[in-house]
Amino acid sequence: MPGLEDLYREIILDHYRSPRNRGELPVPPARHAEGHNPLCGDEITIYLSVDDDVVSDVKVAGQGCSISQSSASMMSAAVKGKTVPEVRSLVKKFKGMMSIDTGDDPPSIDVPLGDLEALQGVVKFPVRIKCATLAWNTLLEALDAPIPSDT
Amino acid sequence: MTIDWDTVRADFPILRREIDGAPIVYLDSGNTSQKPRQVIEAMDDFLRTSYAPINRSAYRLAGEATDRFESARASVARFVNAPSADEIVFTKNATEALNLVAASWGGANLGPGDAVVLTHLEHHANIVPWQMLAAKQGFELRWVPLTTDGQLDLTDLDRLLTGAKAFAFTAMSNVLGTIPPVTHLVSAAHDAGAVAIVDACQFTPHNVTDVQAWDADFVAFSSHKMCGPSGVGALWGRMELLDAMPPYIGGGNMIADVRLDGFTTAPVPAKFEAGTPPIVEVIGFGAAVEYLESIGMAAVRQHEIELTRYAIDTLGERYGDDITIQGPDNVEVRGGVLSFKFRDIHPHDISQVLDQHNVCVRAGHHCAKPLMRVLGVNATARASLYLYNDRSDIDALADALDGASDIFGF
Repeated sequence: MPGLEDLYREIILDHYRSPRNRGELPVPPARHAEGHNPLCGDEITIYLSVDDDVVSDVKVAGQGCSISQSSASMMSAAVKGKTVPEVRSLVKKFKGMMSIDTGDDPPSIDVPLGDLEALQGVVKFPVRIKCATLAWNTLLEALDAPIPSDT
Repeated sequence: MTIDWDTVRADFPILRREIDGAPIVYLDSGNTSQKPRQVIEAMDDFLRTSYAPINRSAYRLAGEATDRFESARASVARFVNAPSADEIVFTKNATEALNLVAASWGGANLGPGDAVVLTHLEHHANIVPWQMLAAKQGFELRWVPLTTDGQLDLTDLDRLLTGAKAFAFTAMSNVLGTIPPVTHLVSAAHDAGAVAIVDACQFTPHNVTDVQAWDADFVAFSSHKMCGPSGVGALWGRMELLDAMPPYIGGGNMIADVRLDGFTTAPVPAKFEAGTPPIVEVIGFGAAVEYLESIGMAAVRQHEIELTRYAIDTLGERYGDDITIQGPDNVEVRGGVLSFKFRDIHPHDISQVLDQHNVCVRAGHHCAKPLMRVLGVNATARASLYLYNDRSDIDALADALDGASDIFGF
């Protein structure tokens, strides 16, 4: 069995202990989506502000294990300021790193994973892949959520 | 009779398996139990020598298979002290048994203005079928709340039961281990004119089950949690109730006659056993209850009481306020299901670290999300004991928890 140091890398534990972009955004104007991991009960809500096709702000609420929480924190830091196509490409690249089939087409834009590469070790612990991808699947749902209106 | 628990443990081949050079410490029996060689061999023998269709064919082999199948039914009936083997309906699991009661008995008896009483301890299997039916038939669901130590708060029970047609409750919580006073609850239900439905899925594997002493109306349990194979469970019900109920699933075996304009049903239990059942699994279920009988359920319960006490004391002495074991502290009113909070480490991470030491525990919501909300958590880590566990398993759990502290910096 691979060692736990492959899973619990220091940068992951840092994001777990000090999660970035915690909180909520008012809906509307922000949009949001809720994700659940039915296996373990983890819950996450992602809030997104999108202005002119750029993710101008993102907040993460909910509870979860170190992997789901750190993945959400790193995701929030990575997508802030990126265009929606860049974010979608990043999601695809991240899920590819998690060995999830995302179709034959490579991501349309090559966005570097940066710190997110620390989560690569999760692949060696297949049960935890769902933890790592929860925030990302929820992010996609938030991106696809209907744009709220004030009326 | 004194039981040699080392011999019992040796009956379970999987416990001799090593992963990464160390034995498995299996503490997830509340999820599913391991199987003794007696069950494995009974199924193997049946497959090698006696497998054939049941209740259908005239040749001797089929007759022998049918006899062994019905003999397993008789063993299961005896195990829960059912008055008649015909009152044992084989289902897929306890979940299906509870769905059968809800859909068939509930479908015929519940409507607007009626109420069904459940408790905050329930597994989703004893919640969702009632919610599904309530959405269709428009009756009310009422809930018995909990005390702070995870027992049922019976203060308002009589009021909750007033006008209720059914009271469906667990005989042992799969999260807190709580063992409610079943006989008292059944009697309260009957006093109110309600049918008493007992989810004994966690209880029956670990305790003497006597459906007649309970005076219950329906009791559901599952083979795979009591040393038998997965894929089969049982519903015990009072014959007069089962007899009056409409069938659940239609098909072969459950009919007396079928014509173009309709059908008539076979007698109970065949009425509720449409299609070819899990024949080999029923044989294994029979072998499992015979195995448990050979040890004695009172002895199993005593073993687990002692082990549960040892676990609560060992973990408490070692980790003090850093560990919280949920549910009653009194081991006489709880089973060996130990949900715990350890420092602030998420249950999933605890389970991951324990797995590094081959310690198998469940982390999650245990299919009891309403209870999780009452407890104010999303998930718990849960160690659950069975007859094959011993103090070394508890010690291994206690040692492995140290590893979680190291990683998460406590």
